[in-house]
Amino acid sequence: MVNTAVIVFPGSNCDRDLLTTFEALGSKKPHLVWHADTRLPDGIDVIGLPGGFSYGDYLRSGAIAARSPIMHEVIKAAQRGVYILGICNGFQILTESGLLPGTLLRNKYLKFICKEVHLKPVNTNTAFTKNYNQSKLITLPVAHHDGNYFTDDATLKTLQDNDQIAFRYCNEEGVIGDTGNPNGSLYNIAGILSTNKRILGMMPHPERACDPLTTGVDGIGLFKSLLAV
Amino acid sequence: MKAKIYITLKNGVLDPQGQATQVALGHLGFGDISNVRQGKFIELELGEKDQKKAERIVSDICEKLLANTVVENYRFELIATHK
Repeated sequence: MVNTAVIVFPGSNCDRDLLTTFEALGSKKPHLVWHADTRLPDGIDVIGLPGGFSYGDYLRSGAIAARSPIMHEVIKAAQRGVYILGICNGFQILTESGLLPGTLLRNKYLKFICKEVHLKPVNTNTAFTKNYNQSKLITLPVAHHDGNYFTDDATLKTLQDNDQIAFRYCNEEGVIGDTGNPNGSLYNIAGILSTNKRILGMMPHPERACDPLTTGVDGIGLFKSLLAV
Repeated sequence: MKAKIYITLKNGVLDPQGQATQVALGHLGFGDISNVRQGKFIELELGEKDQKKAERIVSDICEKLLANTVVENYRFELIATHK
């Protein structure tokens, strides 16, 4: 069983969901780590950056959290090859910290969006996605105001060439395009990977789709493969 | 030294909030308005009294925190204050 840590920032509100999901699907008892700590526990295999409204989204979503003391250690852990999963505000923190390229802008149609979306897993060759199938869409909930992924043309090409795009929004027929894209994100991107494929940032919430009582169970595949590394 | 910092979106970055503001101006009867883009204004004071050093500090602050240089530009003015 792997060792996991969930980082908690002031204003994070999905830390408990991520913690219970980690624990239910293959982690030893997960560590909750406070943003102002200057050390991670020893031997962490997987770090989770949870969703929420860290620092009230002040200045820019995730901007201040990305400059928290603990993030120096998270960046060092990334350099050692520790797996990192950033969900929603966690994805924003990953881009603001430079661990992933690009940025998340205000949703194109300006509304806070809270609904189920369909995704195509476009790279199923990673620890996060190998339980998924490229021809089968998954359904996960989103809840965000700033989920519109953006980067420059050169970086987009790099992401495409290096298979760094993990998930793209699609409609209920599995067709990737504007109709399935809730927030106007570039190239319908819902989640991207680092160059070494050990860091995933995604706007949808897989931890909210791991229990038949909630949105469904399409999130289970991600955690089962990630927590078996 | 007082710094007045202006953070603006780079050209070509979609600004739906600016567009919404423009629509609202239309509703208020201001018809001939175009290209509304919104940004941020931040003021701060620094103890550094040397103009050149203060410029470097404020640039650093903008690069490291106040502006997301993927999508934002920044410019600033420095005003000497008398304490």
